[in-house]
Amino acid sequence: MTKPRVAIHKFSSCDGCQLAFLNAGAALLELAQLVDLVHFAEAGAVQPDAAVDIAFVEGSITTAHEIERIQNIRANSKYLVTIGACATSGGIQALRNGKMQGADWIASVYASPQFISSLDTSTAIAQHVKVDYELWGCPVTSRQVLQLLRDLLFAVRPKVNADPLCLDCKRAGNVCVLVTRGEPCMGPVTRTGCGALCPQFGRACYACFGPSELVNGHALGQRLSGLGLTSADVAKRFLFINAGAEAYAEAAAFTEHKHD
Amino acid sequence: MQAPAQFLARSALQSMIDALAARGYRVIGPQVRDGAIVYADLAQVNDLPQGWRDAQEPSSYRLTHSDNVRCFAWANGPQAIKPHLFAAQEPLWRAIQTDDGFRVEAVEPDVRPLAFIGVRACDLSALALQDRVFLGGPFVDPYYAARGTEMLLIAVHCSHAAATCFCASTGDGPRAGAGFDLALSELEEGFVLEVGSAAGRGIAALLPLTVASAQQIQAAQTQVEAAAQSQTRTLPSRNLRDLLFANLDHPRWDDVAARCLSCGNCTLVCPTCFCHAESEVTALNGKETLHQREWDSCFSAGHGYIHGFQVRPETKHRYRQWLTHKLGSWHEQFGRSGCVGCGRCIAWCPVGIDLTEEAHAITGETGHDE
Ligand code: SF4
Ligand code: SF4
Ligand code: SF4
Ligand code: SF4
Repeated sequence: MTKPRVAIHKFSSCDGCQLAFLNAGAALLELAQLVDLVHFAEAGAVQPDAAVDIAFVEGSITTAHEIERIQNIRANSKYLVTIGACATSGGIQALRNGKMQGADWIASVYASPQFISSLDTSTAIAQHVKVDYELWGCPVTSRQVLQLLRDLLFAVRPKVNADPLCLDCKRAGNVCVLVTRGEPCMGPVTRTGCGALCPQFGRACYACFGPSELVNGHALGQRLSGLGLTSADVAKRFLFINAGAEAYAEAAAFTEHKHD
Repeated sequence: MQAPAQFLARSALQSMIDALAARGYRVIGPQVRDGAIVYADLAQVNDLPQGWRDAQEPSSYRLTHSDNVRCFAWANGPQAIKPHLFAAQEPLWRAIQTDDGFRVEAVEPDVRPLAFIGVRACDLSALALQDRVFLGGPFVDPYYAARGTEMLLIAVHCSHAAATCFCASTGDGPRAGAGFDLALSELEEGFVLEVGSAAGRGIAALLPLTVASAQQIQAAQTQVEAAAQSQTRTLPSRNLRDLLFANLDHPRWDDVAARCLSCGNCTLVCPTCFCHAESEVTALNGKETLHQREWDSCFSAGHGYIHGFQVRPETKHRYRQWLTHKLGSWHEQFGRSGCVGCGRCIAWCPVGIDLTEEAHAITGETGHDE
């Protein structure tokens, strides 16, 4: 029996999500037994145009060339899975969308802007091609990618868990930082997946895993205002990592509109 | 048949922890961690929250410290005994592939008997309900039973209720009524001690006790009455089932849904909530899978999902499920309400939704009319 073929592609991103594979330790060796990693540039295998069963895609679309690449990848892949905030919502770089004209923006950052050729927006993969499964997180964890891969190998539909982080936070026995210290925690509107990492270390969640199933951005926004945040600060809490996520963008727009 | 109340000097409190440890118990007691009082392994009297007081309001919990000698002058924190008996996350069994199929291996729970120090009245009432869920009927839960049948409970009658407490109106506190092995009333100089069971008597026999004076007994009585009287929140103690189910279309459900985050904190801090979900954690090689259970909540998607269909798609439906079950259909299921008046769901709700206020608004009952 031939092994399923897997590719891991990179678009505009920091490479952090691919580390979910590289840092998997012994599981990575096991993975190499189960699948053929035909394209994974960070680990040495380079066949970007190969036909595969599963393509993992890290990063957002920020150049015209990337639009072509993602269409090719879609055509060559049975399943396409986005990994991380960039690929799934446009990532931190989506903060620039609609803010400034691209050229002004670039000129304010780069000494020689003529060498830069990018789109005015950073967008999620799903805005360009059909995506079969999305893994949120900044970065995603090894547990997430390996569990999804295992499910696909078994030909079962991967479980999508968009429950709010607070559930995992309470299961972990963390003491709530919002209730005890008035920290502006985004856990109530953020999906589980990280194991409530930030509250475990006494800091507020900043929503890196993206929107939970039922986001009540209005109610949390009001609560954060009550904790002393300005409406601009509340909007930043929603937009920081996943500005392109609709539920967060709506919450931020509502907050700014209401108070400014 | 009550033996005369006895007295344990404050300086002798360590002897209680030592006696429990000597009897083979794993001793669990209150202590301060990350700005809250939590229940964890306790070896030393010094680890108790001496001098700490709490201030609780909707969506707010703060501890302050003074040089007061008391160790139990606070109302319950986010969790107490529930996570130690009904574990938040627990492996149940694993299935392992074999040449001709698979075999199943049980994952055995830790069976060292637990002794809890400082259990409050509300949590004893909640425990009786959890016992019915996990130990009652023909199917006993072996994981809960391993921890919950051999344990020893040392209660403390509440002397300081929080602003969020309303156990007096539900009839569950602040005095611990039943279900304890020993019960303590904390005074400055020490503890008035009551025996509640044979096991409690056995522990009491190991302690350097004296007979409690009439003044000490009176002081203990007075402070628990004061704790009851200080409570301002109320819940009608009568069966609200019919009223709640007659008001399923009340506009208040939309009103509360506009404020509610669907975060589930209320259900996970509630000492009576027992919902759980089970799932598989599959090894990458596909040859082994761990079947595990974890706390679930009526605010999760999975809770309302029935084969291809979500029966509670919106926050409104989920909040309504929480309140109508807790205060309504619990009566059919357990012969009482599912609320023991601990107020945790009020303090630990990130947006401070108050169940007593919602219940009053929806049923029109004030709670003062018993
Ligand atoms: S600390 Fe944050 S994630 Fe945890 S329960 Fe509180 S609000 Fe939710
Ligand atoms: S707690 Fe929030 S910000 Fe921190 S890792 Fe988890 S999802 Fe990301
Ligand atoms: S419903 Fe609220 S007040 Fe009642 S027992 Fe549960 S957490 Fe405590
Ligand atoms: S009532 Fe409060 S704690 Fe409960 S789900 Fe709604 S916001 Fe969360």
